[in-house]
Amino acid sequence: MVKEIERAGIPVVHVCTIVPISLTVGANRIVPAVAIPHPLGNPALSKEEEKSLRKSLALKALKALETPVDGQTVFE
Amino acid sequence: MPYRVVHYLNQFFGQIGGEDKAGTRPFVKEGIVGPGLALQGALGQDAQVVATVICGDGYFNENMEVAKKEILSMIKSYSPDILIAGPAFNAGRYGVACGAICKEVKDELGIPVVTGMYPENPGVEIYKKDIYIAKTSDSAAGMRSAVPVMAKLALKLLKGESIASPDEEGYIERGIRKNVFKDELGAKRAVDMLIAKLNGREFKTEYPMPDFDRVTPNPPVKDMSKAKVALVTSGGIVPKGNPDKIESSSASKYGKYSIAGVEVLTPDKYETAHGGYDPVYANSDPNRVLPVDAMRELEKEGVIGKLHDYYYATVGNGTSVANAKKYAQTIAKELVADGVQAVILTST
Repeated sequence: MVKEIERAGIPVVHVCTIVPISLTVGANRIVPAVAIPHPLGNPALSKEEEKSLRKSLALKALKALETPVDGQTVFE
Repeated sequence: MPYRVVHYLNQFFGQIGGEDKAGTRPFVKEGIVGPGLALQGALGQDAQVVATVICGDGYFNENMEVAKKEILSMIKSYSPDILIAGPAFNAGRYGVACGAICKEVKDELGIPVVTGMYPENPGVEIYKKDIYIAKTSDSAAGMRSAVPVMAKLALKLLKGESIASPDEEGYIERGIRKNVFKDELGAKRAVDMLIAKLNGREFKTEYPMPDFDRVTPNPPVKDMSKAKVALVTSGGIVPKGNPDKIESSSASKYGKYSIAGVEVLTPDKYETAHGGYDPVYANSDPNRVLPVDAMRELEKEGVIGKLHDYYYATVGNGTSVANAKKYAQTIAKELVADGVQAVILTST
């Protein structure tokens, strides 16, 4: 799906936990996520902490979209 | 003395449980578990499954480096002659686990390894060059035909017999070129192929071209504070009740849902339709998969121009590549028409 969106001309960032799969699929901008069942959250944290974690991941994803890349790039 | 086989299984085939047990850490059971029974039957008297290592797919993929070491030492302690993993069919995380463990064991212990997967399993693309992967169907219904192929490959590798072509043995092409003698000259074979092609008849190339489907990255977003950003997910977040009845696995459709005016996804209105991960966390807070709450805040703070009024969702769980490609083409066309300038796609 990432690839088709990219092909249509829209920059796309893939936020996912299993980075090797994303690399295989062909995503160009990749942001590693927290865990498979909660990629943008962490139930072990308090509600506030979790929200700020999610916001920082969203910001990281937006940063990736603002960054020029030549090929597949993982934004650690 | 029969050859010693260690078998690797995930939590499901290891009979521990479903997605709620995907976090299970690796452990060993002496002897045969689950599909090991059919495997032992196909191996016959020459090889014996001495132990089965079981690990949750979630644990493995989220802790790959640690899990590989843990599992390697468990396998090593049984001094096996071969490792057989899976088959994983079209289960993505299981396929990656089988491939990664096989490669680790092959590299570190220097023994042969065999696994089995459906050709679209992401584990195939990553590991097919390193290991023998028997070609299986996409679901466990194909167990009966997968096991004999894996067992036959295993026995040949154990006995040091030569492995024939992928087609003859039933494994996925590894990109290995082998010199062979043919009855007919290359020139004649090439002309025969050409004639067959011109006549619209089937022909088989002797050197298939690799399929590199890579897309060049688009230039970055210039001014995020003015950009319209859309959310797309393969994590199956849908309005409560799953109005479009998106399937929990092998999804045949996607959904487009309005989030205009929605500040935060609440568990009374949204849930996950995904059957490939433990839904507890997503159902109690759907923003953990589709970060609407965070994006709304960033919209208010002016970090992004606007969060697109619609999000798109499907279930990425054994979904065929052809289907995913088809949905994404339609989705992308709509996003372009709606003036969306950037997409965040989340996957579980």
